[in-house]
Amino acid sequence: MTAPFAPVTPAAAHASDGDGPATLVELSDLKVHFPVYGSVIDMLRRRPAGFVRAVDGIDLTLVRGEVLALVGESGSGKTTTGRVIVKLTRQTGGRIVFEGKDVSGLWSQNELRAYRRRIQLIFQDPYETLDPKQTIYDFVAEPLVVNRIDSGEGRRARVISAIEDAGLRPASDFMNRFPHELSGGQRQRVVIAGALVMDPDVIVADEPVSMLDVSIRTELLRLMLDLRRERGLTYLFITHDLSLAWVIADRIAVMYLGKIMEIGPAEAVIRSPRNPYTKALVSVAPSPDPPDAGTRAQRTILEGETPDAAHVPTGCRFHPRCPVAFDRCKAEEPPLFDLGGGQAAACWLVEPGQLPVVDPPGTAAATTTTPVTDAVS
Amino acid sequence: MTTDAATDATPDAVPGAMPGAIPGATHTRTLPKLADPDAPLLVVEGLTTYFTLDSGTVRAVDGVSFTLEQGQALGIAGESGCGKTTTALSIVQILPSNAKIVSGSVKLMGIDLVPKSENALRRYRWREISIVFQGAMNALNPVQRVRDQIAEPIEERMGASSAAARKRAGELLELVGIPRARGSAYPHELSGGMRQRAMIAMALACDPAIVIGDEPTTALDVMVQAQILELLEDLRHKLGLSLILITHDLSVIAETCDRVMIMYAGRVAEEGPVAEVFERPRHPYTQRLLAAFPNIHADRRTLEVIPGSPPDLRDPPPGCRFAPRCAFAMDVCSVEVPPEVTFGRVRVACHLYPADGSIAPEVRAAIAGAESPDVIGVDA
Repeated sequence: MTAPFAPVTPAAAHASDGDGPATLVELSDLKVHFPVYGSVIDMLRRRPAGFVRAVDGIDLTLVRGEVLALVGESGSGKTTTGRVIVKLTRQTGGRIVFEGKDVSGLWSQNELRAYRRRIQLIFQDPYETLDPKQTIYDFVAEPLVVNRIDSGEGRRARVISAIEDAGLRPASDFMNRFPHELSGGQRQRVVIAGALVMDPDVIVADEPVSMLDVSIRTELLRLMLDLRRERGLTYLFITHDLSLAWVIADRIAVMYLGKIMEIGPAEAVIRSPRNPYTKALVSVAPSPDPPDAGTRAQRTILEGETPDAAHVPTGCRFHPRCPVAFDRCKAEEPPLFDLGGGQAAACWLVEPGQLPVVDPPGTAAATTTTPVTDAVS
Repeated sequence: MTTDAATDATPDAVPGAMPGAIPGATHTRTLPKLADPDAPLLVVEGLTTYFTLDSGTVRAVDGVSFTLEQGQALGIAGESGCGKTTTALSIVQILPSNAKIVSGSVKLMGIDLVPKSENALRRYRWREISIVFQGAMNALNPVQRVRDQIAEPIEERMGASSAAARKRAGELLELVGIPRARGSAYPHELSGGMRQRAMIAMALACDPAIVIGDEPTTALDVMVQAQILELLEDLRHKLGLSLILITHDLSVIAETCDRVMIMYAGRVAEEGPVAEVFERPRHPYTQRLLAAFPNIHADRRTLEVIPGSPPDLRDPPPGCRFAPRCAFAMDVCSVEVPPEVTFGRVRVACHLYPADGSIAPEVRAAIAGAESPDVIGVDA
């Protein structure tokens, strides 16, 4: 299952040499349901009126050395998934396995500390992550202080190396400064340094570059890819922007309303998406190419917005907005069908044995077998 | 100035005629007094806006000129701090208190708005030029129903009765794709996309000639962004609107605009028709900016990095402001401000293009074959 995805990187090469298992993180049937209470009394009696099904049963594998992009719109559950992996949010069902060890029930302070040395989270907004009254050095050193790792010169060396690895060179120019003295791109580098100082295996990056200007964004993506090579990192890159996923990821998983709709190698998901939701996302992905009549006609702009996760539609959860939904979609939820080459899509139209279905005019692809973007590129 | 204010106070639209104004595609606009019907809709010339800080004067906008014709959509693009938002705010003069238009003119139908008093400007904001901001949640009043917020400027600026204004607000909501009944909702009851639609309805309230969108889709999901852009496109054709879109997102401009103006460090780098500028960027900065933009239709991992960072506008470099980061910089670039050169409908401010319009063959080859060694990627 994992072999076809494994990217050719030094880290992955190590993995096959026996340096730990190739599968680093494995989620199975992961669920996060937040209770919704009708009244305070109900809340005290713990009698929820319903549940927000933020994450509703996903299976996901993170292979050592890869960049897996988790793409979805607001309310897709991508951020909650990331938080569950770093154990900031408690799952309500399913299992999390890290390096072959079940960590689902791991909640004691000591265990969490050890776990979070291995797996770190980077948030979108460096303004919120950084303390305005803390110097860069103190911010980066804090996890070491809290976790009582190293001391004296050893700790200092570790902090300096993290700051320099994050591209703030020489560290002495930056470490005594405060966040407001840095540019947006530099601040996000400080946040990255704060994650690197723990020397983690995995970094879960939640929209790490979304607030930055194009050129600075590119620098940071490059930094992340360089760090993967140098430090053997594995990333879960959470983003709403499919074109960013295209640039950085080895594999892309597309989420909608708490479920994975499609997953596969980046090339396959972008160039020949099979789920209608993925097709629509690809068709409206931002591009600096001025559209001509052809690209406009190929575009599928879905109506409405992602429904509330407290009221997940029956059957395929995408069916009310799906341009090609049919009767079965309203009643039965499709599983992820394996399409070969590491690609899988949750859609009845790709069920093995199905005839290719012609999309109605005005929607993305002509048939389920033709790559959507052929005419565009 | 006092005469201006006096004439501006008289409403020149008949309130009773208003509700019918929106659906008609080519209704005749009542021109402001003193307007020159033959002048282009908006002509900005040599606009210069400085911010005064304790640490010095920031030359945020430094000699920006452009023309917006009736019905056109102009996109202004550039990175943070390039002066695109300050340019927009200078047009309607809603600048922060430490900013000042130092020189230049903003001529709306031939009328220069720069010397107008605050009171006189009220005649033009909303009714001639309105602006849609990025964060709809911050711009809408959280404790007022959406319909009432849209009706307010119609009542205040156009002197409509309360009933007529609310009726018009309902029509505007439908126009932007919000069911009329949802007008009684408060902003927090609407989704992000709906709020942005409500903001657009509000901008259209007084039937302006020009709508300025300052990052109107930036905080939205991709699919909702596509919906809003489609709406803007639709409104443009239905209402004959003229648009100025300020954004760092080149894809938004590619999608909606006729012309694009690329700004760098307070100046115009390049301006022209979208198709031409995006397909054949001439200014090295435009080239770099386009190459740094992730494009799902292009090869993976060919994103470029623009080395260095934009200059400190308290003390900008002499000559071309992009010169310190430019791969093609020549001696002249750090000395002389490049003059604007026009190629058909495109104008470029770059020394690579001599004023006589000819490009030396070797320079042309260099620009065409420009490959950056700074290419992102693990596969490389």
